[in-house]
Amino acid sequence: MRSNVSQYELIAPGSLDAVLQILADSPDHYTPIAGGTELMVALGAGKLLPRKLISLWNLRELRFIETTPDALVLGAGATFTDIRKHHILAKEFSILAQAASWTGSIANQNRGTIGGNIVNASPAADSPPALLAYDATVTLVSTRGPRTMPYSDFHLAYKETALEPDEILHSITLLRNYEGYKTYIRKVGPRNAQAISKVALAGLALVADGVIQDIRLGAASLREYPARLAATEETLLHQPITLAAIATARGAILTEARPIDDIRSTAKYRATVAANLLEEFLRSL
Amino acid sequence: MTTIQCTINGRAETIEAPPMKRLLDVLREDLHLTGAKEGCGEGECGACAVLINGDLVNSCLVPILQVEGARITTIEGIAINEQLHPIQQCFLTEGGAQCGICTPGMILATHHLLAKHPQPTLAQIQEGLNGNLCRCTGYMRIFHAVQQAAGAAK
Repeated sequence: MRSNVSQYELIAPGSLDAVLQILADSPDHYTPIAGGTELMVALGAGKLLPRKLISLWNLRELRFIETTPDALVLGAGATFTDIRKHHILAKEFSILAQAASWTGSIANQNRGTIGGNIVNASPAADSPPALLAYDATVTLVSTRGPRTMPYSDFHLAYKETALEPDEILHSITLLRNYEGYKTYIRKVGPRNAQAISKVALAGLALVADGVIQDIRLGAASLREYPARLAATEETLLHQPITLAAIATARGAILTEARPIDDIRSTAKYRATVAANLLEEFLRSL
Repeated sequence: MTTIQCTINGRAETIEAPPMKRLLDVLREDLHLTGAKEGCGEGECGACAVLINGDLVNSCLVPILQVEGARITTIEGIAINEQLHPIQQCFLTEGGAQCGICTPGMILATHHLLAKHPQPTLAQIQEGLNGNLCRCTGYMRIFHAVQQAAGAAK
């Protein structure tokens, strides 16, 4: 059933400082809303639980993509269209640009933000596997100041994140040191665009003389939140890429993955496909 | 209730509405601009698509408060002085519209696509319209209409 919109409060303070002050001072919790591609769906279905919302849409302090010689910093309010249009990002962080290109339709990419995609904390979200592979760090901000942590520590449990009630995600930082790395990203679902993935894997690897010097794997829908596959990475590090190493890695990902049965797929299918994706990546190195 | 000022199809509008009211509902119920249709209500079908500051968006996912100060174009604002826009004419000529429910969104998506890619490839057309579902045409006639419209704009 449709929601009664008059029961909902939405405010748009217009600056990041004003938003943070309200989050800090208000006895009632305000839920941030950016492009609305998630929360407005819930509203339309009569399932939006938070009654007090605070708009982050188009806040100048959050909608940016900046580069320095060492890093690329994505404001949490950058849309998927902003990400796809950015030339340095497309060149140096190609699997993130690829993930952005299959995150919903053009209309949703014009509204959906990278910050929303992360904070919504769906285990199936499109951008997190790539961000995990790039070893992103996230900066959270409140009136108490900013704090930075590895993105791989941000998700705590299903739909639970490190954000305190008065904090918002400010930005995501990617270091520009992936020259020479081989990249991989693949989403498996009913179709690529506009379908939620059954399973997705993103990978980066640095290989010298047939030996893996560095490898990072990020996955969607293999655990209760987007997750780095550290144990699987461990079995591959400093190994030559042989059939035996691939078999060991397949075993490791099957152990490390904790997929579930749900409306989109089964645990067994997800685990098998994840191992197949990993093998496809390793064979490409 | 909140008061929002924005420009819709070139006309300044002052809207009184609950801040979370969907732009789609304001257009249809308050302003009687019924060209934008509700299909799925969850951002999948594109029948409610409009342009906000030139960007294609699904109006069912936009709370009205977020269009404060914005320029909105709906299908009603596409025709030029009572003449069909070339995109509309091409959809008509090529049989790109049947039941018509998806057509306003298709035409706005085409408008957005041709603004970015005046001579789109078939792949660009398919991507540009991938958020607009049609259950009548099978899409080929729509793609032909977009190709014709790109030619007409030359």
